[in-house]
Amino acid sequence: MSVETSTVEESTGTPEHKSWWREHSELGMCAFLLLLGVLVLTEGLTLPTDFTTRGPLGPQAVPVAVGSLLVLISLLLAREVLRGGKGEAEGGEDIDLSTAADWRTVLMLAGAFLANAALIDVAGFPVSSAVMFWGAAYALGSRNFVRDPLIAAVLSVVTWVAFNELLGVALPGGPLMGVF
Amino acid sequence: MDAVSSLLDGFGTALTPSNLLVAAIGVVLGTAIGVLPGIGPAMAVALLLPVTYGLDPTAALIMFAGIYYGGMFGGSTTSILLNTPGETAAVVTAMEGHPMAKRGRGPQALAAAAIGHFIGGIVGTILLVLLAPAVASLAVDIGAPDYFAIMVLAFVAVTSVLGKSRLRGFASLLVGLTIGLIGLDQLTGQARLTFGSLHLADGVDVVIVAVGLFAVGESLWVAAHLRHKLAQPIPVGRPWLGRGDVRRTWKPWLRGPFIGFPFGAIPAGGAEIPTFLSYVTEKRFSRHKDEWGKGAIEGVAGPESTASASAAGTLVTMLTLGLPTTAVAAVMLAAFQQYGIQPGPLLFERESALVWGLIASLFVGLVLLLVINLPMAPVWAKLLRIPRPYLYAGILFFASVGAYSVGGEVLDLLLLFAIGVLGFAMRRFGLPVLPAIIGVILGPAAELQMRRALQISDGNLSGLVNSPMAVTVYVVIALILAWPLIRKLTKRGQEETPKEKVDA
Repeated sequence: MSVETSTVEESTGTPEHKSWWREHSELGMCAFLLLLGVLVLTEGLTLPTDFTTRGPLGPQAVPVAVGSLLVLISLLLAREVLRGGKGEAEGGEDIDLSTAADWRTVLMLAGAFLANAALIDVAGFPVSSAVMFWGAAYALGSRNFVRDPLIAAVLSVVTWVAFNELLGVALPGGPLMGVF
Repeated sequence: MDAVSSLLDGFGTALTPSNLLVAAIGVVLGTAIGVLPGIGPAMAVALLLPVTYGLDPTAALIMFAGIYYGGMFGGSTTSILLNTPGETAAVVTAMEGHPMAKRGRGPQALAAAAIGHFIGGIVGTILLVLLAPAVASLAVDIGAPDYFAIMVLAFVAVTSVLGKSRLRGFASLLVGLTIGLIGLDQLTGQARLTFGSLHLADGVDVVIVAVGLFAVGESLWVAAHLRHKLAQPIPVGRPWLGRGDVRRTWKPWLRGPFIGFPFGAIPAGGAEIPTFLSYVTEKRFSRHKDEWGKGAIEGVAGPESTASASAAGTLVTMLTLGLPTTAVAAVMLAAFQQYGIQPGPLLFERESALVWGLIASLFVGLVLLLVINLPMAPVWAKLLRIPRPYLYAGILFFASVGAYSVGGEVLDLLLLFAIGVLGFAMRRFGLPVLPAIIGVILGPAAELQMRRALQISDGNLSGLVNSPMAVTVYVVIALILAWPLIRKLTKRGQEETPKEKVDA
């Protein structure tokens, strides 16, 4: 099943223009592949060749090949999309493809994840990952203001202790854990 | 026989209390992961890679193998009770298993699946014991050009045989190869795609890539399309089989491994194709044709036994050639490399104790799985009720823990996020994830083998095709690539296809 947005025939005027882009949003993927291809290709071509290359094929061969293929594939994919082809969005147990994408949830979830990255070195793992867990649960629709933070706090502290004490993987404790 | 005595030694390794404990942890985790939506065995093994860094390699690999087999067991539970397969291997099971559960025959379906897994796994692992040393000794002689050819075959097969769109498969593979290029060139030490960053000079850790594509990508994708009304699993009692059921299932159980094992061993994506073949085969042999589609027990028993045996087949290729054919095998290969062990023909000589301990632990794990799955299926089914916000928050939580503990750097978390966004986009636009993972893990090895082959031949391109084996493999690759064309030509004579194919 592909994600259905609005049908092009029904809409008129300016919305038609917008929905054409929506219908063909996969072109964004093509653009990404094209950019990536150009990047890899230039990297391959600009690698210094005066280096003593061991063997007939230097380090530039594979980047050049991969880059060119990426460019080729991006163009072929763009052609297919313009002809009406569509990538099939992945389904799953918890996925309901009949609804439009819920960008608010995605952004909140991404925010929770990035908050962890921003806080981990400053506030320590237990605090930052508890914030992330609660934030992620909140983003996904959980609104229990007692149970959610409690689970987040217990999970983070237990994981921190288990990693530091049992597995020997040091995670930053931060100022809060320094108290103990 | 040599294999038998090595295997007995292996049991000595696998049955030590600590390894037994690790195997038990592996199968319990595996079953839970198989039952839980959103998280699969490949993601689980990837998440555990940094955690097991301090463990003894044998113990870690025993645990990973337990997760692999356990995931197969658990995946069928959701197929049967919820009509939503937990793993790709269990897709076919839903077709007959769910109607059975609806008709109140859930316990029989679960039992047919669990025992099918057990038998498929045992037969498959016996085939592994018999065949792997032979394959390894044959493979000792193969050189760089052959390896390169086999890896190209893996690339082509994984993009062409699986999935609905070859173009998107190749796009995914190329993205993976690009990520694999990041870092220092293995032969000259030149930095590629590092943009001056010292951090990137070591390359992007496989854990980051796998966890990013699977865990973070999946969580973001679920967030975009979260199903708010959860499907209710059908309540079920303890699995059991009547005499009549056993009469109908023993043949499918025994046929399954012989379909699953060979398909697992070739790079055609693991269990998806053979389980479907098994379904079709059992339908043809069945004496109860009227029941198909309404809950025929053969349609559960055969495919499940097939799925389990295909996992054993996958291990043959992974251990003897160092070639992963599924995502789990790819991540396990990365695990081997993390411990400085290179799977391949020499593995059975160099790491004999480890390999045979691992194989013996598969037998142990299968027995444990049967014990924890047969009586406890209703308990596992309860896992399906876990609130989704907690489940995905937890997945993100452990994803960050895994990525951060690789090197203790925030940059890894940002990299993880970027790859997660890529995984999201891939799911949105139908790019399969498996080719990307295979590309990241096999890409650098393939480049090394190719350049080695060309060094030997002094730059002459014929150096890539100078052995009969390499030539054979390239013929197979050509056939796979030309297959749609051949099919088009043969079909044109018979009838016009009514439905136009959208994907290329």
